Amino acid sequence: MTHPLARLLETRDWLLADGATGTNLFNMGLSSGDAPEFWNEDHPDRIKKLYNGAINAGSDLFLTNSFGSNASRLKLHDAQHRAFELSKLAAEIGRECADASGRTVIVAGSMGPTGDIMEPMGTLTHASAVEMFHEQAEGLKAGGADVLWVETISAPEEYRAAAEACALADMPWCGTMSFDTAGRTMMGLTSAAMVDLVEGLKHPPVAFGANCGVGAADLLRTALGYVDAGATRPIIAKGNAGIPKYVDGHIHYDGTPELMAEYAILARDAGATIIGGCCGTMPEHLSAMREALETRPRGERPTLDQITAALGGFSSDSDGTSGEPVETRRSSSRRRKKS
Amino acid sequence: MADEEEDIILSELNDEELVQQMFDDLYDGLREEIEEGVNILLERGWEPYRVLTEALVGAMTIVGNDFRDGILFVPEVLLAANAMKGGMAILKPLLVETGAPRMGKMVIGTVKGDIHDIGKNLVAMMMEGAGFEVVDLGINNAADAYIDALIAEEADILGMSALLTTTMPYMKTVIDQLAEKGIRDDYIVLVGGAPLNEEFGKAIGADAYCRDAAVAVETAKDFISRKHNQMAAG
Repeated sequence: MTHPLARLLETRDWLLADGATGTNLFNMGLSSGDAPEFWNEDHPDRIKKLYNGAINAGSDLFLTNSFGSNASRLKLHDAQHRAFELSKLAAEIGRECADASGRTVIVAGSMGPTGDIMEPMGTLTHASAVEMFHEQAEGLKAGGADVLWVETISAPEEYRAAAEACALADMPWCGTMSFDTAGRTMMGLTSAAMVDLVEGLKHPPVAFGANCGVGAADLLRTALGYVDAGATRPIIAKGNAGIPKYVDGHIHYDGTPELMAEYAILARDAGATIIGGCCGTMPEHLSAMREALETRPRGERPTLDQITAALGGFSSDSDGTSGEPVETRRSSSRRRKKS
Repeated sequence: MADEEEDIILSELNDEELVQQMFDDLYDGLREEIEEGVNILLERGWEPYRVLTEALVGAMTIVGNDFRDGILFVPEVLLAANAMKGGMAILKPLLVETGAPRMGKMVIGTVKGDIHDIGKNLVAMMMEGAGFEVVDLGINNAADAYIDALIAEEADILGMSALLTTTMPYMKTVIDQLAEKGIRDDYIVLVGGAPLNEEFGKAIGADAYCRDAAVAVETAKDFISRKHNQMAAG
């Protein structure tokens, strides 16, 4: 299987991904509540600026502006019928920017969660999740994406549905989840459990990992969890630029470019191959990360203490990977009457 | 072995054992068993309000604590809330009939510009599970929508949720408008959402920031009891 990302991974031992999409677009005037994907049509110049911001800062790979271009998310804007079209536009603009860059830059077609909770807890069926992701995937493929990029997923069921959709679209893919609740995803998945999930897929991702979540420190603990669980495929680390703070009526992420450069180095030493940022990560952060990755030598695997010393504390004491049984307050010993 | 696996017959348990079993069953999200347990307690002459507080709210508190402590996660909480809902459906008309005391009423919704509602839905479910009345305004609410609902519903609590860093500041707009109308102190204002923190809650003038749904319930209970104490003292 040879595709541009696989070829790039063969020649390099780390790749710099991109940073924030939302934070950048809001700075260009996007109002909260509006669908950023509409800008693929209404303001392609601004989307180019977003992509070129990452490319010029040295990113080897960037995500398209299509995070919410699935039918379920677009429905909130009465645009559920435009999933294919808006996804395709996002990738087309990306293709154009990547081809004009004069070097190999991967166009990764972003696919965010549907926002619905899947059966049996929620209402979204596996079949309709696959269908929605597939529609988005075909749009991104038609627009010229090199690889599909599933991100910010919380539920293993949704990750599986996305994998199936990528297979239907006959596209290589990468997939990251968001670990924001006591070191696990909102649905309780640990980093170790994600490795099992990934390896059990019929159409496994080229690379897998974590994005967003809480802070950069938590994200690196997750990366170490992957390594300890025996992960063999490339690990992706896309952490937020620190923690959001409220300053003079605006939100500001407290992670400086210097801090994100430290994070990038620690991520590489922890075992990540594709390293980038998420919310709050601007081109100046990416430039600092690129410089650090190029100039600083590889180091030993960082300890948890070294991570917190450099990036700040974790959001929880444990991330559920210690292997110790969790002590619940009630037993679940009852035999279910209807099993 | 066969003995140990035999079904538990709820009606054969005494009150205390039954309540303990209901704690387990709610924890496990067994809706039918919870409905059965509620009916048995009612048949035994328990007041609906006692069934609510001692059996259901008691059980949901344990779920909430384990959620807060990172032992249970969203799927388990959703199942438990679903079981709770089954019990509540039986109790609700009876509670109204018997004029049981109200825990309090909350108006909740995501703020203008924010369409992310999973966290808000969790809080609404857990609040209902704790016996509060919840008026869910859904997503994308302007200040007027919150304020109109607070007044019309004679609510005690305003809950605002935002997932986006760009929509968080709107919470301050709502609080400022409450203050302009001179009714800010009539309500307990709770805010929540992934990017928020305590510092932010204080900066915008909310009564409290709630890290998760379980904390929201505890905070709401705490403020309501303080309000009652104040009224008793005044």
